[in-house]
Amino acid sequence: MSDDLIKTIFGRLTLDSFPIHEPILVGTFAVVALGGIALLGALTYFKLWRYLWTEWFTSVDHKKIGIMYIVLALVMLMRGFADAIMMRLQQALAFNGSEGYLNAHHYDQVFTAHGVIMIFFVAMPFVTGLMNYVVPLQIGARDVSFPFLNNFSFWMTVAGAVTVMASLFVGEFARTGWLAMAPLSGLDYSPDVGVDYYIWALQIAGVGTLLSGVNLIATIVKMRAPGMGLMKMPIFTWSALVTNVLIVAAFPVLTAVLAMLSLDRYVGTNFFTNTGGGNPMMYVNMIWIWGHPEVYILILPAFGVFSEVVSTFSGKRLFGYTSMVYALIVICILSYLVWLHHFFTMGSGASVNSFFGITTMIISIPTGAKIFNWLFTMYRGRIRFELPMMWSVAFMLTFVIGGMTGVMLAVPPADFQFHNSLFLVAHFHNVIIGGVLFGMFAGVNYWWPKAFGFKLDKFWGTISFWCWVVGFWVAFTPLYILGLMGVTRRLRVFDDPSLHIWFIIAGVGAAIIAAGIGAMLMQFYVSIRDREKLRDTTGDPWNGRTLEWATSSPPPAYNFAFTPVIHDLDAWHHMKSKKAARPTEGFRAIHMPKNTGAGVILAGLSLVFGLAMIWYIWWLAAVAFVALLATAIGHTFNYDRDFHIPVEDVIASEDIRTRQLQTAEV
Amino acid sequence: MIFCVSHRARIRGALLAGALAALGGCNTVVMNPAGDVARQQSSLIVWSTVLMLLIIVPVMILTVLFAWRYRAGNEDAPYEPDWDHSTQLELVIWSAPLLIIIALGALTWVSTHLLDPYRPLAPGAKAAPGKTTAPPAAAPAPLVVEVVSLDWKWLFIYPEQGVATVNELVVPVDRPVRFQMTSSSVMNTLWIPAMAGMIYTMPGMETVLHGVLNERGTFRGQSANYSGAGFSGMHFQTHSVTPARFDQWVAGVKRQPRRLDAGTYLQLERPSENVRPIGFGAVDAGLFRRIVAMCVKPGTSCMQGMSHGGPAVNDRAPRAGEAEGALTRDASEKGESPHMSAPHGAAHGQGDPGDASNRNMTMLDHSPARPRADARQRA
Repeated sequence: MSDDLIKTIFGRLTLDSFPIHEPILVGTFAVVALGGIALLGALTYFKLWRYLWTEWFTSVDHKKIGIMYIVLALVMLMRGFADAIMMRLQQALAFNGSEGYLNAHHYDQVFTAHGVIMIFFVAMPFVTGLMNYVVPLQIGARDVSFPFLNNFSFWMTVAGAVTVMASLFVGEFARTGWLAMAPLSGLDYSPDVGVDYYIWALQIAGVGTLLSGVNLIATIVKMRAPGMGLMKMPIFTWSALVTNVLIVAAFPVLTAVLAMLSLDRYVGTNFFTNTGGGNPMMYVNMIWIWGHPEVYILILPAFGVFSEVVSTFSGKRLFGYTSMVYALIVICILSYLVWLHHFFTMGSGASVNSFFGITTMIISIPTGAKIFNWLFTMYRGRIRFELPMMWSVAFMLTFVIGGMTGVMLAVPPADFQFHNSLFLVAHFHNVIIGGVLFGMFAGVNYWWPKAFGFKLDKFWGTISFWCWVVGFWVAFTPLYILGLMGVTRRLRVFDDPSLHIWFIIAGVGAAIIAAGIGAMLMQFYVSIRDREKLRDTTGDPWNGRTLEWATSSPPPAYNFAFTPVIHDLDAWHHMKSKKAARPTEGFRAIHMPKNTGAGVILAGLSLVFGLAMIWYIWWLAAVAFVALLATAIGHTFNYDRDFHIPVEDVIASEDIRTRQLQTAEV
Repeated sequence: MIFCVSHRARIRGALLAGALAALGGCNTVVMNPAGDVARQQSSLIVWSTVLMLLIIVPVMILTVLFAWRYRAGNEDAPYEPDWDHSTQLELVIWSAPLLIIIALGALTWVSTHLLDPYRPLAPGAKAAPGKTTAPPAAAPAPLVVEVVSLDWKWLFIYPEQGVATVNELVVPVDRPVRFQMTSSSVMNTLWIPAMAGMIYTMPGMETVLHGVLNERGTFRGQSANYSGAGFSGMHFQTHSVTPARFDQWVAGVKRQPRRLDAGTYLQLERPSENVRPIGFGAVDAGLFRRIVAMCVKPGTSCMQGMSHGGPAVNDRAPRAGEAEGALTRDASEKGESPHMSAPHGAAHGQGDPGDASNRNMTMLDHSPARPRADARQRA
């Protein structure tokens, strides 16, 4: 075959694209491949394929999709954390003339992948999964507004994650840092597939994120139970509403900026190049116009979780609900007015810098008010220190420090010293681990009994908790100090021996966090093993206050046999205090959406399209794109989209619930 | 701290400030800098921290206190399950942070204008904040240093002295320095933490940073914005010396036979890492202007609006070999994207920039898919 023909068929994919000479990657691949084969074998052996396909992959049930999102987040957390450990090891080794064990080519991919994965494929699926699971239950709905769209959104996120993972074994990932700043990410300076992997992973996953944002807004606005006015909405649902407004307003900016970057790379336009009128500063501005709201997209759902948890475990109404809601809204608006604080050092005038510095500080006012509100929710409460509450208290103590260093970074002249230093790295890990991740762990421990009908094991949960909290501080306090010592981020080797000890301490901290992750996996394993002992038959193990605790655990597919009527903010608490009787008769057939495989197929085609674009295999990209359009259009002709759960089935599952409640009372 | 004893702890009014300075021991150059600008920045850091601790500390204490006092096991503590509002408390919890942010905002506005990197410093720059007005006529004008960030090293041109260096910066103590900065390829930042904060260097644009070193000594400088494979080696030493010693040093560099002209620059700007300091005894006049206008190569046209904030940036046309969209390429031009690992082993900083031994870890352009270096040679 002629060279040109091979190139036409395979694009720039050659045998050299496979990292067979890189022992770390070959080893990883061997482990992944063996694990994968074992998993596939087990699925086949236990004949689980049909079950997975019909009950999970094609499911449009918001609860199952929520759980799948969180499974995705946990799987990707392992990958992102492996990257973190590799970086810590490299930085702890590369002293006294040693180059460490990673070359620049590899190390630069590792820190890029770590950031991208942790933000887009851990934190985002985590918050989306939690919102997906909880919001419809909290507002008394049977599903989200657009159940198929929900399934499709999830699989697009998976396709994005698969794209990133593919770069591990075929070709390489971007070597640019997690925001792929131009002009470094342009074709002139990054001609290889790395940045293309980055672009297509985020574009494909971005479709999912945006659509799930639209879906949840519609759900919250249109599908609340009768009586639930906006100011009777549970605070987690409020935070979800604000978050999804942020998503819908911010993600198109990311899509646009990445589209322009791909036009630069694929069509030869000059949006962000050094030539032809291009302006790389525009890339920096636009990516942060998305990037700053993104920070709040991650943290606001965590705030919502903490609000629910603190109120429930203090056995009190949430203090200052109204001011909490307004704080959320103020944060939502202000988050669009601060993006420039990520690059005070790009040379803007003093007045511009001051403006953005001060708007940034103003955000700390509603955030501070929220902290006080949690504090006064605890005040005169009866605080039960179950795992979700432990995570919440750890969050309050950790997050205020992160908030403080954040305001320090918001003072422009101080930022001239802190920008891109390890102080900054410590700051955003302080708020993302101490805020988002602790919030997600609180949420998982809080809602796990709802999702599966049994509590999580407290012993291993406590070990995991302490490892995470202690590990976090041991890992990141040295980074604050190193920042003050003038050490910048993304360095691969060091020549100042006095820094060494701090990197070793940080490495120890990462090891403690690794133990925390191990303990968490152990917690899941032990809890599933001992599920009968940890079983909760009441559906309300924490003496909860909001509607999700009114139904059984796990809830039936239809969530509520009758749509509840709301009279109070803490709807379920109100029903309990009024001793409202649970309806046990008069059930009717329930109209529900039907499962469909279209989401999986569309996402699979998107994945093929993305990979073909990355490797310049134009014919395959064209085929995949046409197939994508055809499937999407074809799916619109699928009128077989709904069914009725027969009344006998409803009666049967409600009777089980009645018996469970009777045994629980005994 | 056990690892490092603070020998220059500076207690600035508040005990907490001392604690902060001691936190990192002796090497916290950001908190114990040698230049006046950085010193003002560090005191700003201390004051903003103190202001915030006014509210952070009570919150942390209350959190622990409430968590302990209202634990479920403590039956003596009052329990008010329906208490969820207090207008007075709401007033306090919104206004307390507000007051602190007003104070901090005022501090921010004033300090941001005062410490604007574009603002010229008074000579000596030791006057109290707010009094740094126009320099007296007799005082020395700032030393101008033209800075170019290259892949992956720093070029310093001294236009008044007519010399240039790579990866070595020498400045007279107490004399303000005006850095005029640009970049040859991607963005970097010039960061000498002991001297002043950082500002980006950007291709086709010029940025300005003012700083001063008020103590003699050697201080580390580096890029603080990731710029590619050789980024880790992109650091240099800044020597702060007496004016007499500075003149001696300039005379010494002038004796160097190398001349920084367009040809040498085009050679120099090719990627190399861990480059040892180089001196150039003479520099082509106007070279920096041409670097900013991206027309060092003879026969290339300069771009017009090149000042930062000017009418347009980077308005020169792409040249042959520079990024062409992938879709418009023939099959044979698609190139490959092999997975590369560079050889390990050779020593750092040997030989001239561009020498292969300097590219040990970053030898990436042997691939036909990497037109970057090729394009420059062709252009």
